[in-house]
Order: sequence, then C-alpha cells, then structure tokens
Amino acid sequence: MALAQNEVLEGLAEIVVEETGIDAADVQLDKSFTDDLDIDSLSMMTIVTLAEEKFDVRIPDEEVKNLVTVGDAVTYIVNAQA
Amino acid sequence: MTVVVTGLGTTSPLGGDVASTWEGALAGRSGVRTLDNDWHEKWGVPVTFAGQLAVRPEEVLSRPETKRMDPSAQMAIVAAREAWSDAGSPEVDPERLGSIVSSGIGGVWTLLSAWDTLKERGANRVLPLTVPMLMPNSPTAYVSLEFTARAGAHSPVSACASGAEAIGMGFEMIESGRADVVIAGGTEAAIHPLPITAFASMQALSKRNDDPAAASRPYDVKRDGFVLGEGSGVVVLESEEHAKARGARIYARVLGLGMTADAHHIAAPEPNGAGQTRAMELALERAGLTTADISHVNAHATSTPVGDMIEARGIRALLGSHADQVLLSATKSMTGHLLGGAGALESVFTIKALETRTAPPTINVDEPDPELQVDLVRDTPRALPAEGQLAAINNSFGFGGHNVAVVFGTA
Repeated sequence: MALAQNEVLEGLAEIVVEETGIDAADVQLDKSFTDDLDIDSLSMMTIVTLAEEKFDVRIPDEEVKNLVTVGDAVTYIVNAQA
Repeated sequence: MTVVVTGLGTTSPLGGDVASTWEGALAGRSGVRTLDNDWHEKWGVPVTFAGQLAVRPEEVLSRPETKRMDPSAQMAIVAAREAWSDAGSPEVDPERLGSIVSSGIGGVWTLLSAWDTLKERGANRVLPLTVPMLMPNSPTAYVSLEFTARAGAHSPVSACASGAEAIGMGFEMIESGRADVVIAGGTEAAIHPLPITAFASMQALSKRNDDPAAASRPYDVKRDGFVLGEGSGVVVLESEEHAKARGARIYARVLGLGMTADAHHIAAPEPNGAGQTRAMELALERAGLTTADISHVNAHATSTPVGDMIEARGIRALLGSHADQVLLSATKSMTGHLLGGAGALESVFTIKALETRTAPPTINVDEPDPELQVDLVRDTPRALPAEGQLAAINNSFGFGGHNVAVVFGTA
C-alpha cells in the first residue's frame, strides 16, 4: 500500500538525518537539498539509493537533478509508489 | 632541523585513548578475545579470535561519520582527534600542515560489503560513497579534511610497516621544509572473515582458538603465528622551532629514520635479517648516535616462529654486548598485530616509554626461545635509566620486505 505524503517525508527525513547529521526538523518540504541543506551530489545519490530501497521505488539517475527540494522527492516517491 | 612529538592519540584493543591503552600495557593486559560471531560455523574461518577495539568508533563518532567512513578511517579520525587536542590544537598555517596516515590493507570492509550488496541486491543498491570509503588514502584524506592540512596528504603503503613509514615520512616532510606540523600515523580495520582466512591460509596466524589471550607470545617457544588486531595510532610531529614558539609540551624527539627493502621474497623476511639490521644502522647513523646510546627497543616481534628470531638475532648482532643494557619490549603480545596501525601504535608506546622512562612488558613468554640473547621485559614493566638523554628504536617490518626503524629520543 502506498504511503501518504507525511509518511514519506518522515521516512526520507530519517535517511537524511542518518546520512548528514542534519536536524530532522530542518527536513521540510520547501527546503532545497543543495541550497538549504548543504547536501553534496554524492550524499544526494546516497540518499536516493537508500530511499529507493526504503520505499521500494525506482528513481532513475536522470530524474535526480529534478529533485530540487525535499517536496520534489516526496512527491516523486508518492507518485512512483502509486 | 629537529622534529619533535607534541601530541599522541590512539584507539586500540587495550583502550579508546592513550591513557587507557598505556595503562593496559603497563598492567600487562591482553586485548585479545574470542570473536562474537559465527564466521567459523558459517564458513569455516579457522581463527576465532582477534584484538578488537576496546571502544568501538560508533560509540564516539556521530552516526553520519560512521556511515561515510570505512572503519579504518573512523579509527584514524578518533586517534587523530585525540593527538591533535593533546598537542593543544596548534594554530598552524594550513599550507604548512601535513597529513600522513597509512593503512596496510585499505577499506576492506567497505569493498567486500559493497561486493556482497552487488551480488545479493543488485547494482542499484551499491552506494555512491563506496569508492571514497574503500580507497586506502581515505583515512589520510579525512584527517586532511578535518584539520585543513594542505601541505600534502600522503598514505605510504608497506603492509605492516605502513604506520611507521608514515611517521618516518612525516619526520622527513618537516625536515625537508615542506611542513611545520604533520599529523602522522597508521590505522587498520581488517578483522573481517576474508583477511583472517587469507592470513591463516598463509600460515601466518596463531590458531590458539582455545586460549586467545595467550596466543600472541613473541619469543616464546610455543609461538605459532601472529594475532590480528585493529585500531590506530597517530602522533603530531612538529618542528622544534614551531613547537617552542607556541610553548608546546614536547614528548620526545624524532632522531633518526632507516628504511630499507629486502628484495628477497614477497612475504618471508630475508633469513639473516640483513635489511632489518641495515634499517636500524641507518636510523642510528642519521640520528648521529651509536648503539651505546640505545636504551630501549620496541620490537616488531609479531609472534611468528621465524620472524621473531630473525629480528632478535639482528638486534643482538647490531648491539653486541650492549644488548644486555637494552630493554626490549614486544607489545604485540598485548595488542595483537594492528598491521598498518602497528608501527604507529608502537611509536606511541616507544614515546611513552621514553617520556615515563618505563619499558612496557611482553606477556605470555612462559619459556623464552633458547636462542634469545636480548634483555626481554617480561610480564611487568621495567625502569629505563632515570637520568640523562635516552634513545629508543621502534622497528616495523612488512610483507614485501619493507623494513622501517625509527629512533626517538627523550625531550
């Protein structure tokens, strides 16, 4: 069963916190991975790989550049699950 | 130019820092225990014990740090942070600060776990940080990043001599004028079923599974191989001028360095120890010392039937009758063999021995090899001369025929 937006956000935040040490409260839908959360491309690819596994979705490499904000990633995952 | 040691750090099978490790060594404790896993039952891994860290890095590092670094780099960072803070966190121009931290094997846990992931879960699951984690220069790179060391970051690889070679190169980096301060040392995290099996397959490891704490027994007649250990040792090296200008505490001086190669066999030491002896001779020569100036030797002595006595005979031949006045310690009897970390941890031991004028013990020598003609410190520490300048040699040798001798002197 597909997860709701807030559940995906929570799960994604767990990954981001584990990988980067960023405070969970900072992982909000409108935050940009690079500009706000200071996540570099290697960390981003790590987060994507872990998110694919956690949510059982496929996020193609060429799609990753479109995931600018946390909200973009959450939306992509929610839709990919459907 | 004189090079001094102003900071020490370690995480070892005896303790999570220098104080606890040194205290454990003086007490003659063994850091070797049975491994809590099923590697033997599952795959027939023939050796079931090792010298595992007393304090796991994940107990002191943040979660992201442990996820981004191979255990070998994690251990180096733990030791480097201690050494740096012990040195008083020196203010130094980043372009005059170097990092030389070696590993003998590299990120073997990362490499083999990633291979497992690829086989079991497919290519999509291999994480993008795999390469920066497995590369053998990862520990020195992370140390360079953490302390903004821009004079150069190096990681000389010479198997079990790597850690000593790193400290030797750090000495040369300052002596040659490339840096004022160098964070130097070695690290190893190879207690993994594959390296254990591979070392056992070459008959290098002790198989004393029923009595792990007694397995590392350099010079004892019943020695049957080395015991794998893990951990890191790091020292802060500094030009004397730089150290004095900032009023730093000076533990010891680095007086000399000798590095040679056997060019004899890929794994076996040259049977007469000529290359080992020449390394010690070159180190003494460079230090401007004679054999009579040496009070203490921290031997490579890994507890292998052949290797221990080649080194011991070489030391006796080099020192002659003065060998009777030299206290010899084989600290691997307590820590196991840290491979790329060994020469660095044992440099820390050698420096502490000079600082405290106390030679640490060698444990498990129930019956010394009848050929042994050196004054081996057994079971309890012994005092080095209370007065005057002292000098000590730290020997480290590695598969591939690498011989490194570093001479340290009292501050």
